[in-house]
Amino acid sequence: MNLAVNNTSLFLAAMLVLVALGISLWQKLGLDRDIVIGVVRAVVQLFIVGYLLKYIFRVNNLWLTLAMMGFIIFNAAWNAKKRGPGIDHALAISLLAIFVSTGVTLGVLVLSGAIKFVPSQMIPISGMIASNSMVAIGLAYRSLNSQFHDQRQGVLERLALGAGLLDASIAIVREAIRTGMSPTIDSAKTVGLVSLPGMMSGLIFAGVDPVRAIKYQIMVTFMLLSATSLGSIIACYLAYRNFYNEQKQLE
Amino acid sequence: MNSLISLEKVNYQIADQHILHDVDWQIPAGAHITLTGPSGGGKSTLLRIIAAMISKTSGTLIFDGQPIESYDPIMYRRQVSYCFQQPTLFGETVADNLAFPYQIRKQVMDTQRVVTALNNVGLSERTLHQPIIELSGGERQRVALIRNILFLPKVLLLDEVTAGLDENNKQIVHAWLRQLNEQDHVTTIMITHDATEIAAADQLAKVVAGRLEVHA
Repeated sequence: MNLAVNNTSLFLAAMLVLVALGISLWQKLGLDRDIVIGVVRAVVQLFIVGYLLKYIFRVNNLWLTLAMMGFIIFNAAWNAKKRGPGIDHALAISLLAIFVSTGVTLGVLVLSGAIKFVPSQMIPISGMIASNSMVAIGLAYRSLNSQFHDQRQGVLERLALGAGLLDASIAIVREAIRTGMSPTIDSAKTVGLVSLPGMMSGLIFAGVDPVRAIKYQIMVTFMLLSATSLGSIIACYLAYRNFYNEQKQLE
Repeated sequence: MNSLISLEKVNYQIADQHILHDVDWQIPAGAHITLTGPSGGGKSTLLRIIAAMISKTSGTLIFDGQPIESYDPIMYRRQVSYCFQQPTLFGETVADNLAFPYQIRKQVMDTQRVVTALNNVGLSERTLHQPIIELSGGERQRVALIRNILFLPKVLLLDEVTAGLDENNKQIVHAWLRQLNEQDHVTTIMITHDATEIAAADQLAKVVAGRLEVHA
Protein backbone atom coordinates (compact mmCIF):
# COMPACT_ATOMS: atom_id res chain seq x y z
CA MET A 1 0.00 0.00 0.00
CA ASN A 2 1.10 3.55 -0.72
CA LEU A 3 0.00 4.99 2.58
CA ALA A 4 2.95 7.21 3.41
CA VAL A 5 1.63 9.59 6.04
CA ASN A 6 3.78 9.52 9.19
CA ASN A 7 4.37 11.84 12.12
CA THR A 8 7.02 13.84 10.29
CA SER A 9 4.97 14.36 7.15
CA LEU A 10 1.95 15.25 9.27
CA PHE A 11 4.02 17.79 11.16
CA LEU A 12 5.17 19.37 7.90
CA ALA A 13 1.58 19.35 6.58
CA ALA A 14 0.67 21.41 9.64
CA MET A 15 2.19 24.32 7.70
CA LEU A 16 -1.17 24.38 5.92
CA VAL A 17 -2.72 25.54 9.17
CA LEU A 18 -0.33 28.48 9.09
CA VAL A 19 -1.87 29.49 5.75
CA ALA A 20 -5.32 29.76 7.36
CA LEU A 21 -3.86 31.46 10.42
CA GLY A 22 -1.91 33.91 8.25
CA ILE A 23 -5.03 34.85 6.26
CA SER A 24 -6.98 35.37 9.46
CA LEU A 25 -4.32 37.68 10.93
CA TRP A 26 -3.64 39.51 7.68
CA GLN A 27 -7.33 40.17 6.93
CA LYS A 28 -8.13 40.79 10.64
CA LEU A 29 -10.85 38.12 10.53
CA GLY A 30 -10.49 37.44 14.25
CA LEU A 31 -10.57 33.70 13.57
CA ASP A 32 -7.05 32.89 14.84
CA ARG A 33 -8.24 31.71 18.24
CA ASP A 34 -10.93 29.50 16.69
CA ILE A 35 -8.46 28.06 14.19
CA VAL A 36 -6.01 27.10 16.93
CA ILE A 37 -8.76 25.60 19.11
CA GLY A 38 -10.23 23.79 16.11
CA VAL A 39 -6.92 22.29 15.06
CA VAL A 40 -5.99 21.20 18.59
CA ARG A 41 -9.41 19.65 19.11
CA ALA A 42 -9.29 17.84 15.79
CA VAL A 43 -5.85 16.39 16.51
CA VAL A 44 -6.68 15.33 20.08
CA GLN A 45 -10.13 13.91 19.22
CA LEU A 46 -8.85 11.98 16.23
CA PHE A 47 -5.91 10.49 18.14
CA ILE A 48 -8.26 9.37 20.91
CA VAL A 49 -10.69 7.90 18.37
CA GLY A 50 -7.84 6.23 16.51
CA TYR A 51 -6.58 4.40 19.58
CA LEU A 52 -10.12 3.68 20.79
CA LEU A 53 -11.12 2.15 17.45
CA LYS A 54 -7.91 0.15 17.32
CA TYR A 55 -8.79 -1.30 20.72
CA ILE A 56 -12.44 -1.97 19.81
CA PHE A 57 -11.53 -3.64 16.52
CA ARG A 58 -9.00 -5.86 18.29
CA VAL A 59 -11.34 -6.89 21.10
CA ASN A 60 -14.20 -7.43 18.58
CA ASN A 61 -16.85 -7.64 21.30
CA LEU A 62 -20.54 -7.33 20.39
CA TRP A 63 -21.49 -5.19 23.40
CA LEU A 64 -18.55 -2.87 23.00
CA THR A 65 -19.44 -2.37 19.32
CA LEU A 66 -23.07 -1.65 20.20
CA ALA A 67 -21.98 0.74 22.97
CA MET A 68 -19.81 2.64 20.52
CA MET A 69 -22.67 2.85 18.03
CA GLY A 70 -24.95 4.06 20.82
CA PHE A 71 -22.41 6.71 21.73
CA ILE A 72 -22.29 7.92 18.10
CA ILE A 73 -26.09 8.06 17.90
CA PHE A 74 -26.38 9.94 21.17
CA ASN A 75 -23.82 12.53 20.11
CA ALA A 76 -25.54 12.97 16.77
CA ALA A 77 -28.87 13.50 18.56
CA TRP A 78 -27.29 15.99 20.95
CA ASN A 79 -25.95 18.02 18.04
CA ALA A 80 -29.22 17.87 16.09
CA LYS A 81 -31.04 19.11 19.20
CA LYS A 82 -28.90 22.24 19.29
CA ARG A 83 -30.26 23.20 15.87
CA GLY A 84 -33.84 23.17 17.12
CA PRO A 85 -33.95 25.85 19.80
CA GLY A 86 -37.45 26.26 21.20
CA ILE A 87 -38.54 22.74 20.23
CA ASP A 88 -39.39 20.85 23.42
CA HIS A 89 -38.10 17.30 23.73
CA ALA A 90 -35.79 17.94 20.76
CA LEU A 91 -33.22 15.57 22.28
CA ALA A 92 -35.69 12.71 22.68
CA ILE A 93 -37.14 13.31 19.20
CA SER A 94 -33.68 13.48 17.60
CA LEU A 95 -32.57 10.39 19.47
CA LEU A 96 -35.53 8.39 18.25
CA ALA A 97 -35.23 9.72 14.68
CA ILE A 98 -31.50 9.00 14.44
CA PHE A 99 -31.80 5.65 16.20
CA VAL A 100 -34.54 4.44 13.83
CA SER A 101 -32.95 5.87 10.67
CA THR A 102 -29.55 4.41 11.54
CA GLY A 103 -31.01 1.11 12.73
CA VAL A 104 -33.22 0.48 9.72
CA THR A 105 -30.50 1.48 7.25
CA LEU A 106 -27.83 -0.63 8.96
CA GLY A 107 -30.25 -3.53 9.24
CA VAL A 108 -30.89 -3.53 5.48
CA LEU A 109 -27.16 -3.28 4.74
CA VAL A 110 -26.29 -6.17 7.06
CA LEU A 111 -29.17 -8.39 5.95
CA SER A 112 -28.41 -7.77 2.29
CA GLY A 113 -24.82 -8.74 2.93
CA ALA A 114 -23.46 -5.36 1.83
CA ILE A 115 -21.58 -5.02 5.10
CA LYS A 116 -20.60 -7.49 7.82
CA PHE A 117 -21.44 -7.17 11.49
CA VAL A 118 -17.84 -6.53 12.51
CA PRO A 119 -16.75 -3.41 14.40
CA SER A 120 -14.46 -2.16 11.61
CA GLN A 121 -17.47 -1.95 9.30
CA MET A 122 -20.37 -1.28 11.67
CA ILE A 123 -18.82 1.65 13.52
CA PRO A 124 -17.66 3.78 10.58
CA ILE A 125 -20.88 3.13 8.68
CA SER A 126 -22.98 4.00 11.76
CA GLY A 127 -21.05 7.24 12.00
CA MET A 128 -21.71 8.12 8.36
CA ILE A 129 -25.40 7.34 8.63
CA ALA A 130 -25.92 9.05 11.98
CA SER A 131 -24.06 12.19 10.97
CA ASN A 132 -26.03 12.57 7.75
CA SER A 133 -29.27 11.94 9.61
CA MET A 134 -28.14 14.54 12.18
CA VAL A 135 -27.52 17.18 9.52
CA ALA A 136 -30.86 16.42 7.84
CA ILE A 137 -32.74 16.69 11.14
CA GLY A 138 -30.92 19.91 12.03
CA LEU A 139 -31.93 21.45 8.69
CA ALA A 140 -35.49 20.23 9.15
CA TYR A 141 -35.70 21.81 12.63
CA ARG A 142 -34.40 25.10 11.34
CA SER A 143 -36.93 24.98 8.53
CA LEU A 144 -39.80 24.24 10.96
CA ASN A 145 -38.77 27.14 13.19
CA SER A 146 -38.46 29.64 10.37
CA GLN A 147 -41.63 28.54 8.59
CA PHE A 148 -43.80 28.57 11.71
CA HIS A 149 -42.51 32.11 12.23
CA ASP A 150 -42.89 33.35 8.64
CA GLN A 151 -46.16 31.59 7.88
CA ARG A 152 -47.81 32.29 11.20
CA GLN A 153 -50.81 34.05 9.64
CA GLY A 154 -51.50 31.17 7.26
CA VAL A 155 -51.39 28.65 10.10
CA LEU A 156 -53.72 30.79 12.22
CA GLU A 157 -56.21 31.00 9.38
CA ARG A 158 -56.20 27.26 8.85
CA LEU A 159 -56.84 26.78 12.57
CA ALA A 160 -59.64 29.35 12.49
CA LEU A 161 -61.26 27.35 9.69
CA GLY A 162 -61.32 24.33 12.00
CA ALA A 163 -58.27 22.52 10.68
CA GLY A 164 -56.60 19.91 12.87
CA LEU A 165 -53.00 20.50 13.84
CA LEU A 166 -51.63 18.31 11.07
CA ASP A 167 -53.87 19.92 8.42
CA ALA A 168 -52.75 23.34 9.64
CA SER A 169 -49.07 22.36 9.53
CA ILE A 170 -48.80 19.88 6.66
CA ALA A 171 -47.38 22.34 4.11
CA ILE A 172 -44.71 23.37 6.62
CA VAL A 173 -43.93 19.80 7.65
CA ARG A 174 -43.52 18.71 4.02
CA GLU A 175 -41.24 21.63 3.24
CA ALA A 176 -39.11 20.87 6.31
CA ILE A 177 -38.75 17.20 5.31
CA ARG A 178 -37.79 18.34 1.81
CA THR A 179 -35.20 20.71 3.27
CA GLY A 180 -33.72 17.90 5.33
CA MET A 181 -33.46 15.52 2.39
CA SER A 182 -32.39 17.86 -0.39
CA PRO A 183 -28.61 18.05 0.28
CA THR A 184 -28.40 14.24 0.03
CA ILE A 185 -30.40 14.20 -3.20
CA ASP A 186 -28.32 17.03 -4.64
CA SER A 187 -25.06 15.32 -3.80
CA ALA A 188 -26.37 12.03 -5.21
CA LYS A 189 -26.84 13.86 -8.52
CA THR A 190 -23.27 15.16 -8.66
CA VAL A 191 -21.41 12.28 -7.04
CA GLY A 192 -18.41 11.32 -9.13
CA LEU A 193 -18.78 14.41 -11.34
CA VAL A 194 -17.94 17.07 -8.78
CA SER A 195 -16.67 15.22 -5.77
CA LEU A 196 -15.11 11.84 -5.20
CA PRO A 197 -16.66 11.26 -1.80
CA GLY A 198 -14.92 9.97 1.29
CA MET A 199 -15.84 6.31 1.07
CA MET A 200 -14.51 5.68 -2.43
CA SER A 201 -11.61 8.10 -2.03
CA GLY A 202 -10.53 6.20 1.07
CA LEU A 203 -10.73 2.84 -0.66
CA ILE A 204 -8.90 4.09 -3.75
CA PHE A 205 -6.25 5.55 -1.45
CA ALA A 206 -5.89 2.19 0.22
CA GLY A 207 -5.24 0.62 -3.18
CA VAL A 208 -8.67 -0.87 -3.90
CA ASP A 209 -9.69 -1.16 -7.57
CA PRO A 210 -11.84 1.95 -8.38
CA VAL A 211 -14.54 -0.24 -9.93
CA ARG A 212 -14.86 -2.01 -6.60
CA ALA A 213 -14.60 1.27 -4.69
CA ILE A 214 -17.54 2.83 -6.55
CA LYS A 215 -19.75 -0.08 -5.52
CA TYR A 216 -19.23 0.97 -1.93
CA GLN A 217 -20.00 4.56 -2.88
CA ILE A 218 -23.22 3.45 -4.54
CA MET A 219 -24.15 1.66 -1.34
CA VAL A 220 -23.37 4.86 0.61
CA THR A 221 -25.62 6.89 -1.70
CA PHE A 222 -28.48 4.46 -1.10
CA MET A 223 -28.00 4.36 2.64
CA LEU A 224 -27.81 8.14 3.02
CA LEU A 225 -31.05 8.58 1.09
CA SER A 226 -32.76 6.18 3.45
CA ALA A 227 -31.17 7.70 6.56
CA THR A 228 -31.97 11.33 5.78
CA SER A 229 -35.52 10.63 4.64
CA LEU A 230 -36.33 8.50 7.69
CA GLY A 231 -34.59 10.93 10.07
CA SER A 232 -36.36 13.98 8.62
CA ILE A 233 -39.83 12.47 8.50
CA ILE A 234 -39.71 11.09 12.04
CA ALA A 235 -38.28 14.31 13.49
CA CYS A 236 -40.74 16.58 11.66
CA TYR A 237 -43.84 14.55 12.46
CA LEU A 238 -42.87 14.42 16.13
CA ALA A 239 -41.75 18.05 16.37
CA TYR A 240 -44.54 20.03 14.68
CA ARG A 241 -46.96 19.60 17.61
CA ASN A 242 -44.50 21.51 19.75
CA PHE A 243 -45.54 24.70 18.02
CA TYR A 244 -49.03 24.40 19.52
CA ASN A 245 -50.29 24.47 23.08
CA GLU A 246 -52.78 22.13 24.73
CA GLN A 247 -55.72 24.24 23.55
CA LYS A 248 -54.52 23.58 19.99
CA GLN A 249 -53.51 27.21 19.58
CA LEU A 250 -50.35 28.38 17.86
CA GLU A 251 -47.84 29.38 20.52
CA MET B 1 -84.07 34.39 25.02
CA ASN B 2 -81.29 32.01 25.93
CA SER B 3 -77.76 33.13 25.19
CA LEU B 4 -75.80 31.21 22.61
CA ILE B 5 -72.60 32.67 23.99
CA SER B 6 -72.22 33.98 27.49
CA LEU B 7 -69.13 35.63 28.95
CA GLU B 8 -68.72 36.28 32.65
CA LYS B 9 -65.88 38.30 34.11
CA VAL B 10 -63.61 37.43 31.21
CA ASN B 11 -60.11 38.87 31.58
CA TYR B 12 -57.13 38.70 29.29
CA GLN B 13 -53.66 39.62 30.36
CA ILE B 14 -50.20 39.33 28.82
CA ALA B 15 -47.53 39.65 31.55
CA ASP B 16 -48.72 42.73 33.50
CA GLN B 17 -50.60 44.21 30.56
CA HIS B 18 -54.34 44.01 31.17
CA ILE B 19 -56.02 43.83 27.75
CA LEU B 20 -59.59 42.87 28.72
CA HIS B 21 -61.23 43.70 32.08
CA ASP B 22 -64.13 41.73 33.51
CA VAL B 23 -66.07 41.40 30.27
CA ASP B 24 -69.69 40.28 30.78
CA TRP B 25 -71.59 39.66 27.55
CA GLN B 26 -74.73 37.74 26.65
CA ILE B 27 -75.00 37.00 22.93
CA PRO B 28 -78.37 35.58 21.90
CA ALA B 29 -78.61 33.06 19.07
CA GLY B 30 -79.31 34.81 15.77
CA ALA B 31 -77.92 38.18 16.87
CA HIS B 32 -76.32 40.50 14.33
CA ILE B 33 -73.93 42.61 16.40
CA THR B 34 -71.65 45.43 15.36
CA LEU B 35 -68.59 45.77 17.58
CA THR B 36 -66.65 49.00 17.59
CA GLY B 37 -64.25 51.06 19.67
CA PRO B 38 -60.83 52.68 19.39
CA SER B 39 -57.87 50.80 17.93
CA GLY B 40 -55.92 48.79 20.47
CA GLY B 41 -58.92 48.70 22.81
CA GLY B 42 -59.23 44.91 22.77
CA LYS B 43 -61.94 44.20 20.15
CA SER B 44 -59.90 41.68 18.17
CA THR B 45 -58.64 40.04 21.35
CA LEU B 46 -62.22 39.59 22.51
CA LEU B 47 -63.28 37.96 19.23
CA ARG B 48 -60.18 35.74 19.20
CA ILE B 49 -61.03 34.51 22.69
CA ILE B 50 -64.58 33.72 21.57
CA ALA B 51 -63.07 31.93 18.53
CA ALA B 52 -60.79 29.79 20.77
CA MET B 53 -57.78 31.16 18.91
CA ILE B 54 -56.38 32.39 22.24
CA SER B 55 -57.46 31.52 25.79
CA LYS B 56 -58.85 33.95 28.34
CA THR B 57 -56.75 34.44 31.45
CA SER B 58 -59.76 34.15 33.78
CA GLY B 59 -63.58 34.16 33.81
CA THR B 60 -66.08 31.87 32.13
CA LEU B 61 -67.17 31.51 28.54
CA ILE B 62 -70.22 29.36 27.87
CA PHE B 63 -71.09 28.30 24.32
CA ASP B 64 -74.36 26.50 23.66
CA GLY B 65 -74.73 25.64 27.35
CA GLN B 66 -71.25 24.20 27.85
CA PRO B 67 -68.03 25.86 29.01
CA ILE B 68 -65.59 26.45 26.14
CA GLU B 69 -63.05 24.16 27.81
CA SER B 70 -65.35 21.17 27.36
CA TYR B 71 -65.16 21.38 23.55
CA ASP B 72 -62.45 20.02 21.33
CA PRO B 73 -60.95 23.30 20.03
CA ILE B 74 -60.97 22.08 16.44
CA MET B 75 -64.64 21.06 16.43
CA TYR B 76 -65.49 24.28 18.31
CA ARG B 77 -63.77 26.45 15.66
CA ARG B 78 -65.91 24.80 12.98
CA GLN B 79 -68.96 26.19 14.79
CA VAL B 80 -67.52 29.54 15.84
CA SER B 81 -65.66 30.74 12.78
CA TYR B 82 -63.25 33.68 12.80
CA CYS B 83 -62.45 35.76 9.70
CA PHE B 84 -59.22 37.74 9.71
CA GLN B 85 -58.79 41.37 8.83
CA GLN B 86 -56.12 40.83 6.17
CA PRO B 87 -56.53 37.22 5.17
CA THR B 88 -53.82 35.08 3.61
CA LEU B 89 -54.92 32.79 0.83
CA PHE B 90 -53.31 29.34 0.56
CA GLY B 91 -51.84 27.42 -2.32
CA GLU B 92 -52.03 28.71 -5.87
CA THR B 93 -55.62 29.05 -7.00
CA VAL B 94 -58.94 30.11 -5.53
CA ALA B 95 -60.00 26.46 -5.75
CA ASP B 96 -57.13 25.46 -3.42
CA ASN B 97 -58.65 27.76 -0.81
CA LEU B 98 -62.24 26.74 -1.24
CA ALA B 99 -61.35 23.03 -1.24
CA PHE B 100 -59.63 23.41 2.14
CA PRO B 101 -62.77 23.30 4.32
CA TYR B 102 -63.72 20.07 2.51
CA GLN B 103 -60.23 18.56 2.81
CA ILE B 104 -60.12 19.01 6.57
CA ARG B 105 -63.49 17.23 6.82
CA LYS B 106 -62.26 14.50 4.46
CA GLN B 107 -64.89 15.40 1.88
CA VAL B 108 -64.83 16.12 -1.83
CA MET B 109 -65.40 19.75 -2.79
CA ASP B 110 -69.05 20.47 -3.59
CA THR B 111 -68.46 22.58 -6.71
CA GLN B 112 -72.12 23.56 -7.00
CA ARG B 113 -72.16 24.98 -3.49
CA VAL B 114 -68.81 26.73 -4.01
CA VAL B 115 -70.01 28.40 -7.22
CA THR B 116 -73.23 29.54 -5.54
CA ALA B 117 -71.19 31.04 -2.71
CA LEU B 118 -68.92 32.83 -5.20
CA ASN B 119 -71.96 34.25 -6.99
CA ASN B 120 -73.45 35.39 -3.70
CA VAL B 121 -70.51 37.71 -3.11
CA GLY B 122 -70.40 38.95 -6.70
CA LEU B 123 -67.69 36.63 -8.02
CA SER B 124 -68.10 34.44 -11.07
CA GLU B 125 -67.44 30.73 -11.52
CA ARG B 126 -64.36 31.71 -13.55
CA THR B 127 -62.73 33.00 -10.34
CA LEU B 128 -62.48 29.43 -9.09
CA HIS B 129 -59.50 28.59 -11.29
CA GLN B 130 -57.84 31.96 -11.06
CA PRO B 131 -54.37 32.13 -9.49
CA ILE B 132 -54.57 33.95 -6.16
CA ILE B 133 -51.82 36.38 -7.14
CA GLU B 134 -54.14 37.79 -9.80
CA LEU B 135 -56.89 38.71 -7.33
CA SER B 136 -57.54 42.25 -6.14
CA GLY B 137 -57.63 42.97 -2.39
CA GLY B 138 -61.42 42.99 -2.43
CA GLU B 139 -61.60 39.65 -4.27
CA ARG B 140 -59.15 38.07 -1.83
CA GLN B 141 -61.22 39.23 1.13
CA ARG B 142 -64.39 37.76 -0.38
CA VAL B 143 -62.73 34.44 -1.22
CA ALA B 144 -61.47 34.29 2.36
CA LEU B 145 -65.00 34.95 3.67
CA ILE B 146 -66.43 32.13 1.59
CA ARG B 147 -63.91 29.70 3.14
CA ASN B 148 -65.55 30.35 6.49
CA ILE B 149 -69.13 29.62 5.43
CA LEU B 150 -68.97 26.68 3.01
CA PHE B 151 -69.92 24.67 6.06
CA LEU B 152 -72.26 27.03 7.89
CA PRO B 153 -70.97 27.85 11.36
CA LYS B 154 -73.31 28.81 14.20
CA VAL B 155 -71.33 31.97 14.81
CA LEU B 156 -69.35 34.10 12.38
CA LEU B 157 -66.82 36.51 13.87
CA LEU B 158 -65.69 39.15 11.38
CA ASP B 159 -62.67 41.30 12.11
CA GLU B 160 -62.93 44.45 9.95
CA VAL B 161 -63.53 42.34 6.89
CA THR B 162 -64.98 45.19 4.86
CA ALA B 163 -62.10 47.59 5.61
CA GLY B 164 -60.31 46.91 2.31
CA LEU B 165 -63.41 46.97 0.11
CA ASP B 166 -64.81 49.75 -2.06
CA GLU B 167 -68.39 50.97 -1.51
CA ASN B 168 -69.88 48.66 -4.10
CA ASN B 169 -68.19 45.55 -2.67
CA LYS B 170 -69.07 46.62 0.86
CA GLN B 171 -72.75 46.68 -0.15
CA ILE B 172 -72.45 43.18 -1.64
CA VAL B 173 -70.80 41.80 1.50
CA HIS B 174 -73.31 43.53 3.80
CA ALA B 175 -76.26 42.11 1.91
CA TRP B 176 -74.66 38.66 1.95
CA LEU B 177 -73.94 38.82 5.70
CA ARG B 178 -77.52 39.92 6.36
CA GLN B 179 -78.77 36.98 4.33
CA LEU B 180 -76.53 34.58 6.29
CA ASN B 181 -77.95 36.02 9.48
CA GLU B 182 -81.62 36.18 8.51
CA GLN B 183 -82.03 33.12 6.29
CA ASP B 184 -79.34 30.78 7.60
CA HIS B 185 -79.60 31.99 11.23
CA VAL B 186 -75.86 32.48 11.59
CA THR B 187 -75.09 34.65 14.61
CA THR B 188 -72.69 37.36 13.47
CA ILE B 189 -70.41 39.73 15.31
CA MET B 190 -68.65 42.24 13.09
CA ILE B 191 -65.84 44.56 14.13
CA THR B 192 -65.84 47.83 12.23
CA HIS B 193 -64.68 51.45 12.31
CA ASP B 194 -66.90 52.38 9.39
CA ALA B 195 -69.38 55.15 10.33
CA THR B 196 -72.05 53.90 7.90
CA GLU B 197 -71.83 50.37 9.26
CA ILE B 198 -72.03 51.65 12.84
CA ALA B 199 -75.06 53.80 11.98
CA ALA B 200 -76.80 50.82 10.36
CA ALA B 201 -76.12 48.44 13.28
CA ASP B 202 -78.99 46.41 14.78
CA GLN B 203 -77.13 45.99 18.04
CA LEU B 204 -74.04 47.95 18.88
CA ALA B 205 -71.32 47.03 21.35
CA LYS B 206 -68.18 48.95 22.10
CA VAL B 207 -64.85 47.92 23.58
CA VAL B 208 -63.01 50.83 25.16
CA ALA B 209 -59.72 50.30 27.00
CA GLY B 210 -60.50 46.64 27.57
CA ARG B 211 -64.04 47.19 28.89
CA LEU B 212 -67.20 46.23 27.05
CA GLU B 213 -70.16 48.61 26.71
CA VAL B 214 -73.30 47.12 25.21
CA HIS B 215 -75.88 49.46 23.65
CA ALA B 216 -79.31 47.97 23.25
